[in-house]
Amino acid sequence: MTNRVVITGMGIVCPVGNDVGSTWRALLAGASGMAGTTIFDATTFPSTFGAEVKDYDFTMFTENPQLHACANRGTRFAIGATAQACRQAGIEIETDKPGDGIDRRRMGIYLGAGEGSVDNDNFFGAIASAWDDENHQMDWSAWARVAFGKMGPMVELEQEPNMPASHLAVFTGARGITRSCLTACAASTQAVGEATMLVRRGKADIMIAGGAHSMIHPLGVSGFNRLTALSTRNDSPRTASRPFSASRDGFVLGEGAAIVILESLDSAKKRGVEILAELLGFGSSSDAFRVTDMHEEARGAVQAMEAALADANISYKDIDYISTHGTATSENDSIETLAIKKVFKERAKNVPASSPKSMFGHLIGAAGCAELITCVLAIRDNVLPPTINLTDPDPQLDLDYVPNKARKAKVDTAMSESFGFGGQNNVLIVRRYRE
Amino acid sequence: MNGRRVVITGLGAISPLGMTAQDLWAGLISAGCGIDTIKAFDPAGFNCKLAGEAPEFKVQKYLPKSYRKAAKLMCRDIELSVVAADEAVRDSGFITGAIDAENINIDPARTAINIGAGVISCDLVELAPAVARSITDGVFDIRKWGTDGLENLTPIWLLKYLPNMLACHVGIIHDIQGPSNSITCGEASGHLAISEAAEVIGRGDADAALAGGCEAKVNPIVMLRQCLLKRATSENNDNPETACRPFDADAKGCVFGEGAGMVVLEDFDNAVGRGAKIYAEVAGVGSSNNINPAYEHQEPDGKGIQIAIETALADAGISPQDLDLIIPHGTGILADDLAEATAIQNILGSATENTVVWPTKSMLSNTGAASGALDLIAAARAIDEGKIGAAKNCDNKAPGCRLNIAKQILQKNIRYALCCSYTFGGQTAAVILKKVNGKT
Repeated sequence: MTNRVVITGMGIVCPVGNDVGSTWRALLAGASGMAGTTIFDATTFPSTFGAEVKDYDFTMFTENPQLHACANRGTRFAIGATAQACRQAGIEIETDKPGDGIDRRRMGIYLGAGEGSVDNDNFFGAIASAWDDENHQMDWSAWARVAFGKMGPMVELEQEPNMPASHLAVFTGARGITRSCLTACAASTQAVGEATMLVRRGKADIMIAGGAHSMIHPLGVSGFNRLTALSTRNDSPRTASRPFSASRDGFVLGEGAAIVILESLDSAKKRGVEILAELLGFGSSSDAFRVTDMHEEARGAVQAMEAALADANISYKDIDYISTHGTATSENDSIETLAIKKVFKERAKNVPASSPKSMFGHLIGAAGCAELITCVLAIRDNVLPPTINLTDPDPQLDLDYVPNKARKAKVDTAMSESFGFGGQNNVLIVRRYRE
Repeated sequence: MNGRRVVITGLGAISPLGMTAQDLWAGLISAGCGIDTIKAFDPAGFNCKLAGEAPEFKVQKYLPKSYRKAAKLMCRDIELSVVAADEAVRDSGFITGAIDAENINIDPARTAINIGAGVISCDLVELAPAVARSITDGVFDIRKWGTDGLENLTPIWLLKYLPNMLACHVGIIHDIQGPSNSITCGEASGHLAISEAAEVIGRGDADAALAGGCEAKVNPIVMLRQCLLKRATSENNDNPETACRPFDADAKGCVFGEGAGMVVLEDFDNAVGRGAKIYAEVAGVGSSNNINPAYEHQEPDGKGIQIAIETALADAGISPQDLDLIIPHGTGILADDLAEATAIQNILGSATENTVVWPTKSMLSNTGAASGALDLIAAARAIDEGKIGAAKNCDNKAPGCRLNIAKQILQKNIRYALCCSYTFGGQTAAVILKKVNGKT
């Protein structure tokens, strides 16, 4: 016996909005979340800008901020997104005695979450004080002296990627299956997909699933800059994320959290909560090609898309909208376009396929679930979020990317794609709920 | 498990006890010890100077010729996973492209991979020259890092340290094209990755999977973190063999280490059909978490651990009395050991005194994300051999611990073995293995 799985709550904290309503309005208006980096001094970095979450105060979402005092940025975003999602789904949080009728042992957590930032000044300071550059040698005792003197246990602990899930356990009281994964840019798509499988197979009634991540820290930006993966359009951050355009030059690093409440249809009906959409299909694959490049023939991407269609038991003809991975790297946009052509065949040019990353940037671990939420909203309102900055289309890329302006369209079924660095591909299919 | 039956048909391990799964088993059964003074760096400035380090090896030896260049993309964690995966695949009898491209006998698209990983701490020596070029007036200067420092990092620097790269490299080496995941739940990662891979096969999304956990914790940053958290022992530095004492009254903390444990999981009918050796069946899995804002510790009553075990028992459809062996997480942190003991005692009730508990970290050290996978390999071998080893360093049980800690080597028919784990942060996991008799 398998359960139908539905979405009964959604929450988001991202560079264009700190809740679902404001985020969706911004996306439909074609807003950009990019600006000069403020989290640290990036003025001399190859990329001096990013897509930061703005004016966010996690203490607005919790009555017990002291329980999350050392939480990293990603975790703080997750708390806000989870509070919103739980409120919508009628799940009581921060209580020992919930009156919502949900068995906490049947409610789990599955996050695609990232590591926290290192304790920058002390981290770099300890290295600087102990390194003998001439002899290329570290004096580990000197390093330890500085590190033990300056670094704190909880700030160190909060760098571990399982910690966002740990805070959400305390925040929500969930005692069911708990997992966290970090498949790079595909992590929260994978988390939602695997969580869906757990509900479908009766291992949980409710899963709090999604992602949380911030890599806008010196080592994160340095790492992506060295890979030449980031846009360096420093003179114009708002037009820097240019998926599918000829002048695209990389992604814009974003941050945030996105959470959905996945629930068995029976549980949702029993509780009488509003059903926002049905999570219909999930497909996962690996490129098994190179850690530095996507498979040239889009083998892994195609396999994940086809696996999701098969899992949903529908045909490519049933998809009304594709939320692309659409990072605006030269490679991704070309290969993703190829993948869509292979899977959608004669329909490829007629299925609208846009990239919200043009507006909120690349949320890395949190990206996939943020984009899934836009799919649910597209279905709800029958409107497609645009790909902004598509003023000079790449002549090789000839699909309908919903350029520059949101568009009304009948959307019942949408596909959301995520392709992680290293070749882990994950695809979700979500459909308008009907009995 | 509901769905198709899933069995273990290949084992691979690199650990402080040696280069192979056989070394691991031989070391555990003879109460050996892989813990010693740290060699990877000078530990004089650290409270804990001990670790479990794996033997030296060259990863190139485990890479097909066509992939040897990629060795420069691999941090230590990735190298460990490559070694263990190579052994597990060979042991299973599957022939992947990496082993013999002419005689491949596995369908890449129907094979999954799931490798649990820890946060990968970067190599500070690799980073230091860049930092050294970013100093103004003796202080690290982020602006100088931007202009002069970061260009000293190798372009692929970030890719070496993403925790999903274990699964990506191993997947490329063995041409695994099916579902791929990287569980990152600290010390519970190994069990959770294997649990999920079993589910993927159980629900029919793959016929075989390579799954496990790997982590290289002998790193100054990890040691600093664990010392700051007071999880690492600061005693017995002169007497490494006695340092880690799970469930002992004198337990003073963890010793950390490195390793990788990988298993080949397979659909039961598939395994029988090709005449593969079956070590054990994955009969049930469970997980939960602590609700404990003291994030570095377990709840004193072990509730999160208890729920994981109860869920696994229900999933396996057995009662606690059916368990013939328990390999606990048992870190040697007294409070956490007592929490785990409480959880197990609550579940076993009157069966506590009859159920043998065999902690391994006194011999292996705490290898983080690898630990659960290494324990599961030990349990699979124990079932296969009908043998349980003696615990090490549990001379006087801690007050409150009523577990039947293994005192000597036992010959015993093991029907079901339970492995459980938990992590700082609070996620918990339990996996139950079952003895498979012939083709039933």
